[in-house]
Amino acid sequence: MELGYYPGCALHGTSNDYEDSVRACLDALGVGLKEVNDWICCGATAAHSINHKLSVALPARNLALAERDGFGEILAPCPMCSMELLKAADLMQSDGALRQEMGRIVELPFEGRTTVLNLIQVFQKVGIEKIKAAVKRPLEGLKAACYYGCLLTRPPETLRFDDCERPSSMEAVVAALGGATVEWNYKTECCGAGMTMANEDIVLDLSHKILTNAAAHGANCVVVACPMCHVNLDMKQADIERRYSVRHGMTIYYLSDLVGRALGLADKVLGIDRHFVYGG
Amino acid sequence: MARIGVFTCWCGENIARTVDVEQVAAALGQLPGVHCSLDYKYMCSEPGQALIAEKIKSENLDAVVVASCSPHMHLRTFRKTAAGAGVNPYRVEMANIREHCSWVHHDRAAATAKAIDLIRMSVAKVLWDEPLEPIKVPVTRRALVVGGGVAGIQAALDIADGGYEVVLVEREPSIGGKMAGLSETFPTLDCSQCILTPRMVEVGQHPRIKLYTYSEVEQVEGYLGNFTITIRKKARYVDIKSCTGCGDCWNCCPIKRNPSEFDYGLGMRPAIYIPFPQAVPARPVIDKETCTRLKKGKGCGLCEKKCLTKSIHFDDQDELVSEKVGAVVVATGFKLYSIGQEGGTDLRSVARPGYGEYGYGKFKDVVTSLQFERLLSASGPTGGRVVRPSDGAEPKNVVFISCVGSRDDAKGLPYCSKICCMYTAKHAMLYKHKVHDGQAHVFYMDIRAGGKNYEEFVRRAIEQDGARYYRGRVSRIYEENGKLMVRGADTLAGAPVAIEADLVVLAAAVVPATGVRELARKLNVGYDEYGFLLESHPKLRPVETSAAGVFICGACQAPKDIPEAVAQASAAASKALIMFGHEELTREPEVARIDEKNCAACFTCVRTCPYHAIDRAEVLTARGVFVKRTARVNPGLCMGCGTCVAVCPSKSADLAGFTEQEIYAEVEALV
Repeated sequence: MELGYYPGCALHGTSNDYEDSVRACLDALGVGLKEVNDWICCGATAAHSINHKLSVALPARNLALAERDGFGEILAPCPMCSMELLKAADLMQSDGALRQEMGRIVELPFEGRTTVLNLIQVFQKVGIEKIKAAVKRPLEGLKAACYYGCLLTRPPETLRFDDCERPSSMEAVVAALGGATVEWNYKTECCGAGMTMANEDIVLDLSHKILTNAAAHGANCVVVACPMCHVNLDMKQADIERRYSVRHGMTIYYLSDLVGRALGLADKVLGIDRHFVYGG
Repeated sequence: MARIGVFTCWCGENIARTVDVEQVAAALGQLPGVHCSLDYKYMCSEPGQALIAEKIKSENLDAVVVASCSPHMHLRTFRKTAAGAGVNPYRVEMANIREHCSWVHHDRAAATAKAIDLIRMSVAKVLWDEPLEPIKVPVTRRALVVGGGVAGIQAALDIADGGYEVVLVEREPSIGGKMAGLSETFPTLDCSQCILTPRMVEVGQHPRIKLYTYSEVEQVEGYLGNFTITIRKKARYVDIKSCTGCGDCWNCCPIKRNPSEFDYGLGMRPAIYIPFPQAVPARPVIDKETCTRLKKGKGCGLCEKKCLTKSIHFDDQDELVSEKVGAVVVATGFKLYSIGQEGGTDLRSVARPGYGEYGYGKFKDVVTSLQFERLLSASGPTGGRVVRPSDGAEPKNVVFISCVGSRDDAKGLPYCSKICCMYTAKHAMLYKHKVHDGQAHVFYMDIRAGGKNYEEFVRRAIEQDGARYYRGRVSRIYEENGKLMVRGADTLAGAPVAIEADLVVLAAAVVPATGVRELARKLNVGYDEYGFLLESHPKLRPVETSAAGVFICGACQAPKDIPEAVAQASAAASKALIMFGHEELTREPEVARIDEKNCAACFTCVRTCPYHAIDRAEVLTARGVFVKRTARVNPGLCMGCGTCVAVCPSKSADLAGFTEQEIYAEVEALV
């Protein structure tokens, strides 16, 4: 299987460990990734907070590029990117005038032929059974708190993925890898996201609650599928511990890390060794 | 040659402002067959009608066209006038030159020309109008009431007290419905059972009410005034005639711990049980799913041995009985929305996932409003003590969430369930009366307290009983340290709210009772996308339905509280009583008919008729020799929709008063 690949800014910058992990584990599963040529930023929070048209135009250009390159499906491992891409696609599908206007602005036609997938959907496409069969090192002893954050399932009318308030798709993947998951309360709470730049206090408070609740329900690690969540829970964990005088020591894995490990890949290949909290 | 009178109305200024009525009258006077053509300021007024009557007599008219407003407004008026003056009322036509012309146009010349065209069409039609006679239908003066909740009880008692027999069918083992399980009722705090049970006893003892409990309507045949109802009496395994209701059986039953339906699972009942002590009939029923003897076909049988009157029969079977009635009152009531446990309602898909985040079904201390009623009720599983279902402790902080499923087009149902604001205020109040040091918290969208003494009641809950109201939604409920963490928003304060609750009560949306769609199809009654039954007219025919002789009342029509349900039940009963006041019923004769000589007996019409008004029949000679098969319209059932006329391949079906000939004549007059 070959998919188009839209890395977004994070995976080529601060979260390049996520990119290594996604590429390595999908490669092991026989999924080839071909980067969309000449892609640009999706706009993220910045664009939709200032200028609506810009927030459609940026993802529109990326969608049009993917279409031009003939990709039926593209993977956007960052939930912010996939949400922005899906939102723009929806808007242009339902509004012909907007579609034509965007075509003029981004200088490429848009016909809506490309589907945008998140990382979990790619694992579902590969097949949970197939992943299960490919496991070489079952994740024994793992008790994961699967953390979806805000954007993997929301807004539900855009994402149309899983139950937006009580999702369970990541748990299904972890179970296929031989790992255990815990029921906990903060699955879809916000980690503070981009507030990490503007108001760190909020991020530390929210992320501290997430880590505390995961541990209280018996988790020995948290699994994410979002670079922003990883930054706040992993990189900021030391700050959280200092602020609240606690010791969390909670390893934060990308979902692809766990799939890669179970398939027998080394932590170094998956970029796990570059996490701030590295429990080994 | 026909002698037609055309009467053009000004409708004050309504028509005359835009249509030159004098020019219209003059133009129509020229048409062949039109004997006189007049205009007048208000045709519907008494002098206007007198003018028509006088012209009919003086000009010896045999057909009348009135050009005025919609026939919905005044066709009956003018038909009556014409009939009084000696013209067959079905030779009266109306041309709508108000709604269809003067009200929607500005150009006077064009509107005048259009009015002339519209009236010409009516003249063309009236030329072909045959004199018709109203259809007489015999009436069985006996009513069926489906559903024995407060609405069904009220309707049954009113009809029975009016002097006619009633067959009351209830599918549960006792009548009483939802109201029998309520604690106290808003806004007066009357004890629900205290006011309802005397009415239940009255039903049980009424000489003119035949009560079928634990029974369902299986089949409906016939039509207005002449229904034959097949009722399935479900196997009860107890002979309710010989049983005295002494209670020996349910006291000795060893299978004691089955969730009680009446207590919504909060209490337990034996396998042989009466739903609640005041049940009518006060006779037990055996639950065949839990009774050892019925499950295994042998063993136990303790109740049978104990029973002094030998009333227990393990070989009991379902029984079908047939009842003849003239009218049907449907009062099947409501149930609560499933709160996302079943993934929303049956119509909605994954896109409307319901409210899994509230943890109903997962956390024992998250209950529905009806469950909370049982906790408040003196006859409830706790004897009226408010306790947490999980550990029996007295809850000190109770969160009430209104609009769970209501007014939420994204996740639940778009409509307002109407009763929740009031009963939630009542819950907060009653809770405070029982737990003096407790605190009630209410999350709401808007407080809808329209009704006599309703707003005052809500204010009392807030001001005297100290309920804290937060305007906002709850996003999530989870368990932490043995408490329920309720996280929501207070949109007036603009701040998030987190409450550590001991108990959470969800005011789930009101949806129609299970099985109402199937019943509606049997009765040919329409329903909306949520399953609420449709009334004929939301304002002027609120208890009638599209099926003649079938009336609706209570929450099967829309969410409503007890006073409204009772008022509507009395309205439905009065409609049945009006029918029963006549020896026979008259129906409009504008119904379909089949040319039996020409009919090819393909029965396409039988299959397409939405009212099941067409039968397969045989044409026989006077001596009874079979000639051919044919379709035949039952004029008692036909609603005159004309579907059969449209589908008949051999053009054998036609609609009296709207024949194909007449429609073609109208079109020809226009082109």
